[in-house]
Amino acid sequence: MTQTLPQTRPMIRIEDVSKSFTLHNQGSAVIPVMQGATFDVMPGECVALTGNSGAGKSTLMRMIYGNYLSASGHIWVGETDVATAEPREIIALRRATLGYVSQFLRVVPRVPTLEVVAEPLLTVGVDKEVAFAKARDLLSRLNIPETLWGLSPTTFSGGEQQRVNIARGFAHDYPAMLLDEPTASLDATNRETVLSLIEEAKARGAAIIGIFHDAPARERVADREINVSAFTPAKAA
Amino acid sequence: MTIQPLLSVKDIRKTYGGRIGCTDVSFDLYPGEVMGIVGESGSGKSTLLNCMAGHLPPDSGQVLFDTRDRGMVDTLTMSEPERRMLSRTDWAFVHQHARDGLRMGVSAGGNVGERLMAVGARHYGNIRTQAIDWLDRVEINEDRVDDKPSAFSGGMQQRLQIARNLVTGPRLVFMDEPTGGLDVSVQARLLDLLRGLVREMGLSAIIVTHDLAVVRLLADRLMVMKSGHVVEHGLTDQVLDDPQHAYTQLLVSSVLQV
Repeated sequence: MTQTLPQTRPMIRIEDVSKSFTLHNQGSAVIPVMQGATFDVMPGECVALTGNSGAGKSTLMRMIYGNYLSASGHIWVGETDVATAEPREIIALRRATLGYVSQFLRVVPRVPTLEVVAEPLLTVGVDKEVAFAKARDLLSRLNIPETLWGLSPTTFSGGEQQRVNIARGFAHDYPAMLLDEPTASLDATNRETVLSLIEEAKARGAAIIGIFHDAPARERVADREINVSAFTPAKAA
Repeated sequence: MTIQPLLSVKDIRKTYGGRIGCTDVSFDLYPGEVMGIVGESGSGKSTLLNCMAGHLPPDSGQVLFDTRDRGMVDTLTMSEPERRMLSRTDWAFVHQHARDGLRMGVSAGGNVGERLMAVGARHYGNIRTQAIDWLDRVEINEDRVDDKPSAFSGGMQQRLQIARNLVTGPRLVFMDEPTGGLDVSVQARLLDLLRGLVREMGLSAIIVTHDLAVVRLLADRLMVMKSGHVVEHGLTDQVLDDPQHAYTQLLVSSVLQV
């Protein structure tokens, strides 16, 4: 492979992707939800997905992360085509390359907050001390009181859980990131912190795809908007 | 990718008289992977597990395992002593009912130590130290080392069974409903423990369960069985979030939301 400048090659490449849901238990209804989705995201670039509710923003995010199956097309993240990859390839991709900050923290019972945040670093083999230092730094920046770090986030308030989730999502420096409403329901201070985290991620070269209902946030961090309605199949006659 | 599978299952078929237990089952399991097998009672998931683990002879098929000394070997055609050695060293089997996997008349420490002795450990002090270390890892207090499992709660018995199985550092663990019949709070503790051990030891595991929450937490990959056939197979969260087969859709939509 020839050496290329990092800016010249997309980190994420969506190529003619389509998706439909078949509801076997509801009269085998086939619902086409996406066709011809095509776009690139370069390293250091943030692309905001826009479109009305139900247009397929979250569906597309889930297809890129691999928890929704693509019917056709290719979803390249780095060297991996998520649309056709084996489970173990997707797991390896998620471990090292592709991060996802969802709206909700999937809490594993009994694991302390500090470990929840440090875990993505520990799984890529980062030294324990370094991983926990990074986790402490993120938790402080997101104003999670130190008295809570040793507790499982199971019992935290919704807002606290969301911030723990963000800290976890930004612990490892993923080259590609998916952000689903990262600033939803945050107060002004924490919102500012999250926007800074996104800007820092861009500055180190992360390719980001995000859904932001918070329009000022979107204008601040996104370089480009892609309206997914363009990929909505025409209603079948 | 050039990584070799740890286990390669080819065309396993098992019938009971004219009835299909399981058929046409093939898959590769790679080092460090955890695979869940789900399906309702009678779907063939336990039959399959028992065929793979050597507890039931399948009618046809192969169960190839990457042995330390001879590479890929079909465990179904292995000599009996060789297979017994394998099931004491590189393989482990966690039963749903702890009493099927434990010796109820032997102390907790003895249960763990016995497996070490089976692979040649002879020094009593070392065996006891290692047993106590493992009891601690599964959160059983050292002062219970001389108690018999019959004096333990269900959750403790299950943790003891796990300690007994993992003490020899296996590479592949078969688990049959490991959290079945336990209280929800005890289940959570056990799952967290299993998750930690699987990560730390880099274990590969095959877990049979009907509990989708268990596979979501533990398994990288998921296989869905119905009437002896594999109807769907893929990344765990993909199968659960975007099920393709009618049966999987029914299964996922039937789970009560808490």
